[in-house]
Amino acid sequence: MMVREALEIIAPHLGDEVCVHSNGYMSRAAFGVRDAESCFYMIGSMGLASSIGLGMALGQPGRRVVVFDGDGNVLMNMGTLARIATAAPENLVHLCFDNGAHASTGAQATISGDVQLEEVARAAGYRSVARIETSAALTSEIGDLLTRRGPVFVLVRIELGPDGPPGPRITHTPREMTDRLRRALGASP
Amino acid sequence: MTASASAARFVDSLQAAGFDFFTGVPCSLVQSVIAELEQRGLYFGETREDAALGVAAGAYMAGRLPVVIMQNSGLGVSLNALGSLHLLYDMPCLLLVTWRGFDRNDAPEHLIMGEVMPRLLDLFDIPHQAPLADDVDAAIAWAAHTLGERRKPVCLAVRPGLFA
Repeated sequence: MMVREALEIIAPHLGDEVCVHSNGYMSRAAFGVRDAESCFYMIGSMGLASSIGLGMALGQPGRRVVVFDGDGNVLMNMGTLARIATAAPENLVHLCFDNGAHASTGAQATISGDVQLEEVARAAGYRSVARIETSAALTSEIGDLLTRRGPVFVLVRIELGPDGPPGPRITHTPREMTDRLRRALGASP
Repeated sequence: MTASASAARFVDSLQAAGFDFFTGVPCSLVQSVIAELEQRGLYFGETREDAALGVAAGAYMAGRLPVVIMQNSGLGVSLNALGSLHLLYDMPCLLLVTWRGFDRNDAPEHLIMGEVMPRLLDLFDIPHQAPLADDVDAAIAWAAHTLGERRKPVCLAVRPGLFA
């Protein structure tokens, strides 16, 4: 399963959840599969998608937040696994698409092959943790995982490829994204 | 550390100015402010300063007006978050940054950042003030007005001794 297939399996399960996407190919792949007013694409600030999702989940406890993260991003900001686990927002789902590489920068290997990130999340204290390795498992389990009491961490093991960007560059301006997320979250303009 | 009268007044003024989400990483120069925030159940301590900025960005999109507390050592950690998140996406927050190394009178690890901090903020086009005790309320009003108008981060630098 490559990232696009995984995202296509997940997309039909998404409604008005706020979706926060990490930088690089994660955002581009997701933008190519499904875009909505409640989708935020973090084009810089590598590592912080999980922190942004945490801030949204704390700021709007009644709204479900789904973070689309990558192994390189999670490894860069691992303290946030501990912070999310201890803050324990029930409305936060943290998906980590793990291809074992920094795909956006030339597929240099990460160390996620030697460190099971879902076990780090489990040790940190996420309420619910899962590891998904096949499209069949993702298809059968994602509906349940997205609606469990959070914080939920799901490692989705994916393969690298195909060559080249998995989707277009984000066409919304950064300010437009801030504004639409504030609208989606019911904040005043 | 217990809260102090000056810290209580400071937090009162921040809340009156509309700030309603407080995160960060501690510094001894603001320990009474953090203690006051914790007493009020308002403080969300973070593991790193850039992670605190990420949380603040999310909170802002969720309708909150954030304050991010840090030592100026954390300003170095924060530069990419400021440059490629807050400044890029027009997300305001109040940076409450302690000025370690002020007047070159501090432990050696603080001297370089203490020296360059004002220029670093200028370089990132982040408006900043370092108020004396009598000017704190005016500085908070200035910060709230400026970040509302610009929709960008604004910094209040905390000199040693500002809070009892």
